Amino acid sequence: MDTFIQLTVNGLTLGSVYALIALGYTLVYGILKLLNFAHGDVFMVGSFIGFGTLQALGGATDPVLPVWLLLVTVTAAAMAGCALLGVAIERFAYRPLRDAPRIAPLISALGVSFFLANSMQLLFGARQRDYDIFSLSNGVLYLKGIDIGNVKVPLLRIIVIAAAFVLMVVLWLLVTRTRTGKAMRATSFDREAAAMMGIDIDRVIVFTFVLGSALAGAAGVMYALRVPTSASIGFLVGLKGFTAAVIGGIGSIPGAMAGGLALGFAEAYTQGYVSTRWSDLVVFSVLILFMLFRPQGLLGKPDIRKV
Amino acid sequence: MSGVDEHSGETREDAPEAAPTAGPAIGKDEWVARHGERRAARAGRLGVVEARLRAAPWWAWLTLFTGLVALMPVGVESGYWRRVSFDTALLVLLALGLNVVVGWGGLLDLGYVAFYGVGAFAYAFLASDKYDLHLSTILVIPAVVVVGAVAGFLIGLPSRRLLGDYLAIVTLFFLQIFLTVTTNGDNLFGHNVTNGPNGILNVDPFSFAGHDLPVAHGGVFNVAYVYVALGIFVLVYVALRLVNQSRTGRAWRSLREDPLAAEVMGMPVNWLKLMSFAFGAAVAALTGTLFAAVNADVFNLSFSFPLLITVYTAVILGGSGSQAGVVLGAMLIWPLQERLREPADSRVLFYAFVLLGLLAVFRLSLRLALVIGGLLAFGFAAHAVAQAIDPAWVAGVGEGPGRAGDWASHWVVVPTHLAAWMPPVTYILLIASVLVLTLLRGWVRLVLLVPVLYLAAFVWESVMLAQPEPTRYIVLGALLVALMVIRPNGLLGEKRVEIV
Repeated sequence: MDTFIQLTVNGLTLGSVYALIALGYTLVYGILKLLNFAHGDVFMVGSFIGFGTLQALGGATDPVLPVWLLLVTVTAAAMAGCALLGVAIERFAYRPLRDAPRIAPLISALGVSFFLANSMQLLFGARQRDYDIFSLSNGVLYLKGIDIGNVKVPLLRIIVIAAAFVLMVVLWLLVTRTRTGKAMRATSFDREAAAMMGIDIDRVIVFTFVLGSALAGAAGVMYALRVPTSASIGFLVGLKGFTAAVIGGIGSIPGAMAGGLALGFAEAYTQGYVSTRWSDLVVFSVLILFMLFRPQGLLGKPDIRKV
Repeated sequence: MSGVDEHSGETREDAPEAAPTAGPAIGKDEWVARHGERRAARAGRLGVVEARLRAAPWWAWLTLFTGLVALMPVGVESGYWRRVSFDTALLVLLALGLNVVVGWGGLLDLGYVAFYGVGAFAYAFLASDKYDLHLSTILVIPAVVVVGAVAGFLIGLPSRRLLGDYLAIVTLFFLQIFLTVTTNGDNLFGHNVTNGPNGILNVDPFSFAGHDLPVAHGGVFNVAYVYVALGIFVLVYVALRLVNQSRTGRAWRSLREDPLAAEVMGMPVNWLKLMSFAFGAAVAALTGTLFAAVNADVFNLSFSFPLLITVYTAVILGGSGSQAGVVLGAMLIWPLQERLREPADSRVLFYAFVLLGLLAVFRLSLRLALVIGGLLAFGFAAHAVAQAIDPAWVAGVGEGPGRAGDWASHWVVVPTHLAAWMPPVTYILLIASVLVLTLLRGWVRLVLLVPVLYLAAFVWESVMLAQPEPTRYIVLGALLVALMVIRPNGLLGEKRVEIV
């Protein structure tokens, strides 16, 4: 039972990170019908920006700000930096290809992903960067926590899960309750009609990328708070975030959240009950099974093409 | 497209030449008829030369190319360059195979290098100490090709129901599965199948009729392998060409242009997709045998994402859909990647690339002279100023001078010691300014081009030369994005018109 609770908490933390990344994929796919391969590397850049900000603010051993303010600042910096990066990627790598055959922006995205990952490796080396949160304030984030049964859930994990949840709620409100959100939904439904109704498509797309990339940046910080980050994690974590988006139903925001959590649980339970070596394989196989038998995912609608 | 003339009842097959002057002809498809017109780009002497070159039959080009390559080892005696030409041949074969899937079938296959790995491992299983099988190459190669085709067929099965993006993802995931399974292959339910990350060692070289073909004679790469690769290349090229000219090829073209219309017209769309997958995989598996035989050790991590991007860049650069194009693309990309490992050559390549780029953009004109003159003046001035401020700012010559380095050391500013903040800041500044430059127009762009190019030289020399490994891949990634945005049809590909 204890293992189960521990694994469930693991799954929740992992799942929140995957859900945030999946939201970025889903938002962009909904609007542009484009799978943004570079999204995983935006996530990775976010973790690096967070690391840089942390170091600039004194590092975990000697911070100049109180703990909570430090975390907020680091996350905000990562979100802002990634939003900027996402806008740049959209403007220069995807916008010229908006009317090209669908294969073109995909290949461009591959190129951007490869370029980003290797640029980070060039600039910052291949070694891992550890936020070293354990040293922060004498490890308060690890030592304090709540107890569920016999399992102690550290404060850090609670913060990560809660923050991810808050961000998802904010996104949901943005998309459903604001005018810009309505414009986003209209554009994803039918781009030409939305343009004819007076919606500025370029701005909506930029806004979408800002949202998605900011979430990726936040996910990057949350991921790196627990696991050391390096320049090569973007690819694999991006794949998993993408799997989460597809499992949940790509194009559907609640689907991305559900898919992320589901994938997090799947990975955590496989790591705990089967073996860590095969957890990746399970994740990939889950996607392929979904693609074959339920391509619309858990919460998506079957895609009916009008001829 | 030959059609029946409605007045006289004869078939006319020379319509593309006749149409541009005579206007749309009754009974012919005008868009198809104007195909030649759309293709003809350049006027003047260059256009005439290009038209003549294009009119030559494809097998003439192939023979010429083969002859030149066959004569190459006579002039080039360095074992290194023979090995490089062999590796280029591998990339050429991979590009030909990918061209079948992406260029002819229009399917984005991101798991392509998994078939390469399957071929290499299959060869290793059949001709090494792993299972103590040492079959003759005549048996092994066809067997591996069949294995590759079957693998392509199986992995293509999910493609039947998937559209472009999803297919890309599923194939990418198959690649990941391949890598994961082979990495953990030393403990597959208790059996050591692939030896895990240690790979399969001591794979046999090729052997024909009982005679081994050694990979190296006293440390020098055996040139016979270059000829073997060349022979296989000719075989594959001709075979694929014949397939493309058959009704399968025509069906592929219709599938690529509009899958829905093809299906409505009765094309067996699923079967065609599977066939393109199978053909591509078979070619990749064949290349895998060459790889395994020469490298003698098969590690599964050789078949991963960077190699995939390399093959894709070669195909896109050359022009997907055009066999000659992808051959050219691969022949440009692989030696480029090889030379980028050496700082002295990277430097030369950079300046050559800048000059070629300027030539391509400005042609021979006053603006070109202005830019180059301005660049030289700016550089020497900046160098002099930096030297005056602090000699240590210009004393570092980067890695491995070479002749270009001696010249460049008087022009570009390369500090002996870079502050920690300098590489990221200058690099990001360079990327940002290049991107902004694409937004500007007119003389502003011309003027700003000079400092941006100088900054690029600075970043290249100070930051990128020191680390060849990520730099090689950065060049590939940037090239891929730039190609897709500027010229998606590559060098020899055809501009495709998307029918909406």
